[in-house]
Amino acid sequence: MSLIRFERVRKRLGGRDVLAGLDLAIEKGETFVLLGSSGSGKSVTLRHMIGLFRPDEGRVWIGDDCISEARGRELERIRRRFGMLFQNAALLQWMTVIENVALPLLEKTKLPESEAYEQALRRLELLGLADAVEKLPADLSGGMQKRVGLARAIVMDPEIILYDEPTSGLDPVTSRAIDRLIEDLRRRLGITSVVVTHDLHSALAIATRIGVIHQGRIVEVAAPRDFVRSENELVRSFLEAQYITRRGAWENREGTS
Amino acid sequence: MITREPDQFEPAINPLGELGRKVLLTARGAGRALIMLGHATLAIRHVFHRRNRRATMEQFFITGIKSLGVITIVALFTGMILALQTGLELRRFGREVNIGTAVTVSLVREMGPFMTGLIIAASVGSAMAAQLGTMVVSEEIAALEVMSIDPVRMLVMPRLVALTIMMPILTVYTNILGVVGGAIVGETQLGVSMRAYFDNARLYVTNRDLYVGLLKAIVFGISICTVACHQGFSTSQGAVGVGQATRRTVIISFLAVLVFGYMISRIFYK
Ligand SMILES: Nc1ncnc2c1ncn2[C@@H]1O[C@H](COP(=O)(O)OP(=O)(O)OP(=O)(O)O)[C@@H](O)[C@H]1O
Ligand SMILES: [Mg+2]
Repeated sequence: MSLIRFERVRKRLGGRDVLAGLDLAIEKGETFVLLGSSGSGKSVTLRHMIGLFRPDEGRVWIGDDCISEARGRELERIRRRFGMLFQNAALLQWMTVIENVALPLLEKTKLPESEAYEQALRRLELLGLADAVEKLPADLSGGMQKRVGLARAIVMDPEIILYDEPTSGLDPVTSRAIDRLIEDLRRRLGITSVVVTHDLHSALAIATRIGVIHQGRIVEVAAPRDFVRSENELVRSFLEAQYITRRGAWENREGTS
Repeated sequence: MITREPDQFEPAINPLGELGRKVLLTARGAGRALIMLGHATLAIRHVFHRRNRRATMEQFFITGIKSLGVITIVALFTGMILALQTGLELRRFGREVNIGTAVTVSLVREMGPFMTGLIIAASVGSAMAAQLGTMVVSEEIAALEVMSIDPVRMLVMPRLVALTIMMPILTVYTNILGVVGGAIVGETQLGVSMRAYFDNARLYVTNRDLYVGLLKAIVFGISICTVACHQGFSTSQGAVGVGQATRRTVIISFLAVLVFGYMISRIFYK
């Protein structure tokens, strides 16, 4: 059975159906990339996965748990399985970088403080932020903030990680480093990832499957290999907008990997 | 759940429907604010955990220090104005010395908590709403919820404790400075000696006046914190929303200070 399932999810926001009976199934150990134009409801979909929004109709399942109906302790238990990177990093502005990353450990585990900071530091080093630990988020660039947000998302060793545009606003080299990290987490730890992105190159590099959301529904799901050959008009326009032809980028990827 | 989904009532077409919608939304807002207050009150049991203790001390500092300058000036002038106005009236009966009582009683019972409440609402309350509103807009509150960290315990509770304790303290400070301001005006403008002024002041002020004034201060502190935090958390629509939340906070807390001030007076002085 799939790990994350949307069953006919309908959600009305700002006077229109942002999700209009969306069906989606993401398997354990996948890196599922969600594509869609701006305002198509990608962030809203992620919010439903982690119970920040509740559907007007339909259900969202995480394994055997229905997160769209869970409350209180039950909801907390399900959320413990997740880490999430927000579109704008969403760091607490008055805390230093390391305090931000250590926060979930300090609040939600019984680890002694020194151990929590130790673990937070390890994640920050992994993301190349060892120099920034004592800085405040406001003193960091957008890309650095995002990496701190990522460090915070993985510090509790979640089994599912949601990424809202992990590489937007990052330079290409750092972007690829993040791609590698996502890929690594999947390979080594079997972590399930859902990645919202506008960056098709990164999507093709890391995805096990790519889904396209349009007018509140998933209109195409395909593995990268098939995705670049898709006949779907929307998919084609996405690909062409980033200069990926039926052959080009895919063969490039074959060459590099 | 603090992270708000947008309003389910869509704007009505006719004015009557719009009025009904406003009433419903206001009632729902008030209900939610009260629930949040209850929730924050329950969370006070965690105030001595080290992390919360630090946050609370910080709030004490912000509340106390940020507003001290304004409060000093406003308090002095409130006392001076009271003394001058009543003094000029009393002079017609040759009873200028009674400004001692007039200034002290009106400050302790009413003007002290009232002025302090207005200043705190405008300086501390508005800043609170802006800060929490910004946190909502930048998804920081959502991030806390995803981590199952209770934003009410982490953010509202320290503010509630700090404001509820600081309001009476600042009110006492306002009262003292106001009375001193009155004395200065008495001495320099009305020919009432300090000694006569203070003797007269002590004559008619009762303990009850003191308690009622402090009760008001506490109620104002709780209301300002509740309004500010609730408005902050209800922010939507980006930076515009933060501005709106701030403005609403100031207006609603002013109203709360006026209405609760009157009601408490009404209960204790029949
Ligand atoms: N809290 C909200 N209140 C009202 N409308 C909302 C809310 N959140 C999202 N929407 C609406 O839902 C739609 C989809 O928003 P969403 O943030 O999911 O887009 P997105 O696909 O993530 O776009 P982007 O690529 O720009 O991030 C938008 O039209 C937005 O106006
Ligand atoms: Mg988005």
